[in-house]
Amino acid sequence: MSDTDAGSGPDDDRDAGWFRGLRSEADDADTAHERIAAGEAATPRDWPRLAVDSGFAESASAYYDRLHEATTQATREAVRERERADDKQLIHTVRAMDDCERVANELAERAAEWAGSLFEETDAGLAGARAVAEREPSGDLERRAVSVSARAVDLADERDALSATIERIAPAVAPNLAAMAGPELAARLIALAGGLEPLAKKPSGTVQVLGAEDALFAHLSGRAPSPKHGIIYTHEFVRGTRPADRGSAARALAGKLTLAARVDHYAGEYREQLHADLRDRMEAIGARAEADE
Amino acid sequence: MSDPALPDGVERRSFDGETRLATRGPPVYGEPTDGEWRAWDPERSKLGGMFELGVDTGLTGGETVVYLGAAAGTTVSHVADFAGPTYAVEFAPRPTRELLDAAAPRPRLFPLLKDARKPDTYAHVVEADVDAIVQDVATRGQATVAVRNARFLADDGRLVLSVKARSEDVTADPETVFDDVVSTLEEAYEVLDTARLDRFHEDHLGVVATPR
Repeated sequence: MSDTDAGSGPDDDRDAGWFRGLRSEADDADTAHERIAAGEAATPRDWPRLAVDSGFAESASAYYDRLHEATTQATREAVRERERADDKQLIHTVRAMDDCERVANELAERAAEWAGSLFEETDAGLAGARAVAEREPSGDLERRAVSVSARAVDLADERDALSATIERIAPAVAPNLAAMAGPELAARLIALAGGLEPLAKKPSGTVQVLGAEDALFAHLSGRAPSPKHGIIYTHEFVRGTRPADRGSAARALAGKLTLAARVDHYAGEYREQLHADLRDRMEAIGARAEADE
Repeated sequence: MSDPALPDGVERRSFDGETRLATRGPPVYGEPTDGEWRAWDPERSKLGGMFELGVDTGLTGGETVVYLGAAAGTTVSHVADFAGPTYAVEFAPRPTRELLDAAAPRPRLFPLLKDARKPDTYAHVVEADVDAIVQDVATRGQATVAVRNARFLADDGRLVLSVKARSEDVTADPETVFDDVVSTLEEAYEVLDTARLDRFHEDHLGVVATPR
């Protein structure tokens, strides 16, 4: 591609300027915004000159006027779009993921059990359902059993897609919490608290036992010892710590997670210091086990 | 010009009896104003701090600039006041809303909601051979960001970078972090000058460099 044709030809949008193929009137605004938001190029070029050469703008100054208009509008829309990825959406996503997983497993069990009576050698669970879904059925009964297996597999795939979405939006909703807890645990904590703001307002002792409500109420009615941890048990800092120190680890982790949720809700920016503090604390707790050996 | 290290359009002026840096433009963050001029707070702006400390940035005024890590627009609004076309890249949506307010009355300030670590996502908008890159991103890998964005810079252009030691590693000694940053920068740049900005910004290093 020569240097002069960029921004004019209708095809090959890669490595072209954002204004390629747009007319000089302002009626292509939506396309322009979409291009600015989603376009890519490996190498920058002399866009103002190319825009003038291709007839998009009369002069460099007119080009900059249109660039200002287009970048401002595109960025305003992109901000609005990104801010829609809020804590409520994250809660819907994580709950839908759990439902898909639960239903996929139940349905897979049913399908595998059914298929076991129709076909030789079927495995249990989702792996079995996946194998059955690949079969060529003959007759109505086999067709139904294979079809039910295929639904179970679809639900399992949907669960994976929802998980990928959580990985993507959790860091936008709560950058510190997602970095500290991982996207999935961050989403679960937000869901259990009912939102990022309620989570930010909870004391760290509550965050420590979120998800262990049964054990907590058993304890409060005098029937059981106090729970050491709730859902944060899934975090490696807790699970990877020896049982004798898990209470300390859970308390330290919950404290930092609470701070992370507060920074995310009230400031919204990543703070490295928080994460380093937690690492230091965990090293200190890990050192106790080594000292005892 | 009374001060050779300051670009055209940046002056030291008196605000309530105090001499401060200032540029001409609409106010952005509640800073004191005097007619068209508005004070530039070196405590809130790394670039302002570098000018206040007399670092020779090579900026002369009127140049085309890419500003990485524009945040809410505090510094980039001053840059747009004295420079020419200014591309402002910021990745976090919340501060970008305020950046949009700063850009609205400045026809040559172009706000972009983009990740400075991925220049491919804005190379179709930001032009080639710009005169200066000003960078103030507080993420890990600040030197890598500068190296990746070197593609936008003219051969005789300037990188004016502020490095936050704590963004790289809060536990390490800042001097060690700065040495690592400078050696990574040297993949793509020749470092012309460095200065600690501690008087205004604790554990920050200002770097002026030019492409190799």
